[in-house]
Amino acid sequence: MGMTFAEKVLARKAGLESVVPGQIVMVRPDHLLTHDNTAAIVGKIQPELDTFGLVDPHLPVIVLDHVVPAASEKTAVSHRNVRAFVQAHGVRHFFDVGAGVCHQVVVEKGLALPGTVVVGSDSHTCSYGAVGAFATGIDRTEAAALMLRGETWFKVPPTMKISLHGRLQPPVSAKDLVLAIIGELGADGANYAAVEYHGDIEGLTIGERFTMANMGIEMGAKVAVFPVDHQTRAYLRGIGVLEASYLAVEADPDAVYARTMDVDLERIEPVVACPHRVDNVKPVTDVLGLPIDQFLLGTCTNGRLEDLETAADILEGHQVARGSRLLVAPASKEVLDEALGRGIIGRLSAAGAMILPPGCGPCLGAHQGVLAPGERCLSTSNRNFKGRMGCKEAEIYLGSPATVAASAITGKITDPRTLA
Amino acid sequence: MTIWKYGDDINTDMLFPGKYTYTCSTAEEILPHLLEDLDPTFAGTVRPGDVIFAGKNFGCGSSREQPVLGLKAAGVRAIVAKSFARIFYRAAINQGLLLIECPEAVSAHEPGAEVDIDVEAGRITVGERVFSFPPLPSEILAIQEAGGLLAYTRRRLEAPGH
Repeated sequence: MGMTFAEKVLARKAGLESVVPGQIVMVRPDHLLTHDNTAAIVGKIQPELDTFGLVDPHLPVIVLDHVVPAASEKTAVSHRNVRAFVQAHGVRHFFDVGAGVCHQVVVEKGLALPGTVVVGSDSHTCSYGAVGAFATGIDRTEAAALMLRGETWFKVPPTMKISLHGRLQPPVSAKDLVLAIIGELGADGANYAAVEYHGDIEGLTIGERFTMANMGIEMGAKVAVFPVDHQTRAYLRGIGVLEASYLAVEADPDAVYARTMDVDLERIEPVVACPHRVDNVKPVTDVLGLPIDQFLLGTCTNGRLEDLETAADILEGHQVARGSRLLVAPASKEVLDEALGRGIIGRLSAAGAMILPPGCGPCLGAHQGVLAPGERCLSTSNRNFKGRMGCKEAEIYLGSPATVAASAITGKITDPRTLA
Repeated sequence: MTIWKYGDDINTDMLFPGKYTYTCSTAEEILPHLLEDLDPTFAGTVRPGDVIFAGKNFGCGSSREQPVLGLKAAGVRAIVAKSFARIFYRAAINQGLLLIECPEAVSAHEPGAEVDIDVEAGRITVGERVFSFPPLPSEILAIQEAGGLLAYTRRRLEAPGH
């Protein structure tokens, strides 16, 4: 009997011939991602670290990104403690404030490779399925235990196969596609399950696959993964990863799936997720004209070069509407530098955007764009939960970079097809 | 014992707002903000031994563990839900917080009904009705029995031959 992607990766990592859904296996992950929460993680195990040491200086990947640069003395102390830990234990993969959002940095630096297992104390760790990694979120305590022992357990998940057919019709994007899928499946539609995307994926860039894998957790998935194809290999070559350094894992043709779903890409239209649930997805045409106070373009979901370029193209020759504000947070310093070099940042700024440093920005409501009661935000991020952007009496809508840019011109939710 | 009842898809932002995630990590810091955006009466009145009943997908969203740490520190005996989001489920195992996935028990609960939980027997009594829930796999039970993942890890590190 054939195996799914998740079954094959977990069997290989556990040293077993085969595994079945529901089985518990012990695995040593290839990398452990932690971010600003490293300080709290390390704080739980200081005596053990002093006695037994860090299990492997190559295991952790630490990226300071959530509240950067520090917004208060407390966050500054926390960042300082992370740097001290990195120094004391010789952590090899450390990226200080300004490098970007952890998930973007992990992929850009070639630290999530096809067929590897990466866990992270952040729910959007599932993003690395874009390049064929088995990647999933864990809690801080589990991250702490991994720093000491390097091993954890997994329950082999059932797998859902989502087959894509046809091509998206621009300006419809991968964000619209994944929101439409979440709207159909619901916020727990893939709970505990692995999601495999198949079919016509060649029309989706690595960045678009990233957006879709990133939002796997918003349907409850353990991992959300794309097959490795010529685009993946070309992307990895481009960042200096040799093909000999990874072993792509592909589901067997006769793998057994718990559920299958078919999606016709030609029929996807621009959508938004309305407050306060990611699965409250409506066609943009249902909410046209809704006034917006703040626009956010960025985050690990949609802060990449192609997202910024799409927005800059739409904003060309226009200004952000009076009374609204557009915040742009590039997903990484590499994205920022590339966008600066290509004049994209200049074009966004000329249109009235405010450029934030690479990082999570206002996505989690800690700083850099907290909302006021009664305000409404349209964002390219991945969560619109009540209170998410710092105020429980504010509303967050989620949409694509094209929808955000088109709406920023009018100050109201706007169908990007009417401007593109 | 108070039974707290909530609906479907209670996310971790509702259980503990994201804006405090990087400034609150100890039980004392977490407790005042527990369930702040969901039920402002909870933090001030929850008592040890209380039980939470909830719908499906409890604990979805962010991987922040403050909700689990806070509910454990507040002495919540168990959370009984129709289903749990997976990261929350793992986090609860790692802190030794009892989660019971039993949709029938949640549906059966009426206001004022007495609730009794017998973990060893895998049984939950709601009013007059009795429901059973499956035991945890042995690998996971070992973590719970050690008092959580850190205690389990310490024990493994200190074991001879490590």
